[in-house]
Amino acid sequence: MSQGIPKRASGAAMAAAAVTQNIYKGANNKALVGGIMFRLLLLSALGIAMIAILAVIAWALVEGAARVNVGLFVNNPSSFRPEEAGYRPAILGTVQLIAGVILLIVPLGVGAATYLELFADRTRWYNRLIELNIQNLAGVPSIVFGILGLAFIVRGVFDLGFVVAAGSATIAILVLPTVILASREAIRAVPSSLLDGAMALGATRLQAVRKMVLPSAAPGMLTGVILAVARAIGEAAPLLLVGAATFVTFDPNFWQDGYSALPVMIYNYAGRPQEEFHTLAAAGVLVMLVVLFFINSIAVWLRARYERTW
Amino acid sequence: MSSSIQGARSGSTANSLRAPSFRLGERIVIGLLFGAAAISVGVTIAIVISLFAPLPGFFEYVNPWDFLTGTLWAPSFADASFGVLPLVAGTLQVVFYAMLVGIPLGLGAAIYLSEYAGNGVRKIVKPILEVLEGLPTVATGLFAVFWLKPWIQESTPFLEWTSPFSIGVAGLTVGIITIPLIASVSDDAMRAVPMALREGAYALGATKMRVALKVVLPAAISGIVASFVLGASRAIGETMVVLLVAGGGSPQLKIGFTEPAGAMTAFIASRATGEIATGTIDYYSIFAVGALLFLMTLIMNMIAIRFVNKFREVYD
Repeated sequence: MSQGIPKRASGAAMAAAAVTQNIYKGANNKALVGGIMFRLLLLSALGIAMIAILAVIAWALVEGAARVNVGLFVNNPSSFRPEEAGYRPAILGTVQLIAGVILLIVPLGVGAATYLELFADRTRWYNRLIELNIQNLAGVPSIVFGILGLAFIVRGVFDLGFVVAAGSATIAILVLPTVILASREAIRAVPSSLLDGAMALGATRLQAVRKMVLPSAAPGMLTGVILAVARAIGEAAPLLLVGAATFVTFDPNFWQDGYSALPVMIYNYAGRPQEEFHTLAAAGVLVMLVVLFFINSIAVWLRARYERTW
Repeated sequence: MSSSIQGARSGSTANSLRAPSFRLGERIVIGLLFGAAAISVGVTIAIVISLFAPLPGFFEYVNPWDFLTGTLWAPSFADASFGVLPLVAGTLQVVFYAMLVGIPLGLGAAIYLSEYAGNGVRKIVKPILEVLEGLPTVATGLFAVFWLKPWIQESTPFLEWTSPFSIGVAGLTVGIITIPLIASVSDDAMRAVPMALREGAYALGATKMRVALKVVLPAAISGIVASFVLGASRAIGETMVVLLVAGGGSPQLKIGFTEPAGAMTAFIASRATGEIATGTIDYYSIFAVGALLFLMTLIMNMIAIRFVNKFREVYD
């Protein structure tokens, strides 16, 4: 398409025309149609992602919904009577596991985020090392944390054995970077004038942080913790290495050998050849998805309820 | 941003503003906060020690060269063989198929979110993508085993489906999981491109599609590449989907969409669940494969972090 460049154009006009030619080769119906096609293409990318979510939920509903009954929650597992088997020890195991995770990640995550956002001098090498390190930890495969748990927590330094506490510690370390990053964002959203104002009135830095910044950042931090818990509930791979894989038919005790967790039990049932066990696995997934839905709803509600624009 | 908070502390005027008294309690609390942050460094050191300390024991039995170049992985055979290539090939196939799905769909979603979607649409779509990322991988994996694989198998009768496991289906499923990650990192990169660049192109008469493809995309390329690298790194580390869909693996090196193949993560997970005695060569092999896995993802994450910092430097 010729753009009709004037004969006596100045250098600037020539340059502008050249750029125009490069970026804008023709505006006609073809370009319009192309634009619409492109937009549809982009939308279909989003559509496929959404279909994937719906498909997973649909699978759990179709295959597992009929199997959800009281027995699913209160019965012990069985390796030969799938119609009576349940998730009791696995559910109790996951509840204890998550309790331990929360106890560990709240102080560590909030403490680390507070230090990095409000106290760390970013020109110091060790603070930069910590930052880079947290970024890196967030990208380490979850199974590697399982190996760490096996070598350091189950055996080695802490030598806890295959207990719920070891699983809690392993999963806590795994989700800690998520909590730190979310908490830092929550702190960053609080304007620094709050801190400056408090300090101008004579508060020490720590007092200003404790009384002004942290209360304002608390809802955001809580959201981060809740999302980390949601992730912790579904995490199966590292637990395989730190002992949750054992087939237990008794209620777990935090410090006693032998426990299971919901996602690991689901994996265990799914691997059996009988069709009834696959239904049982789907029912377990359905339970897990419902729990996750509630937890995520709480996070969304918290975010909407306490969101403040400064 | 916290720059003003930082400035108050590190600036030259900070000394005169500091409390005249020495507050021991405060120093202890700040020390504890530092300790919480420093734990992450301790975790990394512990990971490195737990992965690499058992290696000398492993390489006493296995020649490191044979480990890296051998094509038979059979740790539990009577005549055990420790060539890691079959596992690496499995992992790379997962990454290949995953990126085949993840790159176009993730990038497409990102372009839509950053260039086309209004604020209202973004507010709905972003949390939905987060839901996809947050689905337990056991759930996604089981869906792939019981619904997706039979469906793909039926719609491609010209492929040779001989095994209940398929590395290709595993890879495609992992690819769907990586869409949110690729989309959100690319979206961030494209939104960091200054409005003036887009407006300049519009002023010259460019269509929206041209602005997106010829102006925004090249300007954000380092962040977009970073999102691909992060996606690939996530695919390398994915365990449950690969374990469920592609199986624990076969000892031979196998390449093909419909083949069962073990990836590095799947091997570690399947091996550790069995009753395995500490100190045996079999036990050490978990750590050798884990160390290789850790190194691969570490290198990729470092590359990605470098790319991300690059686009931040340019436009901040």
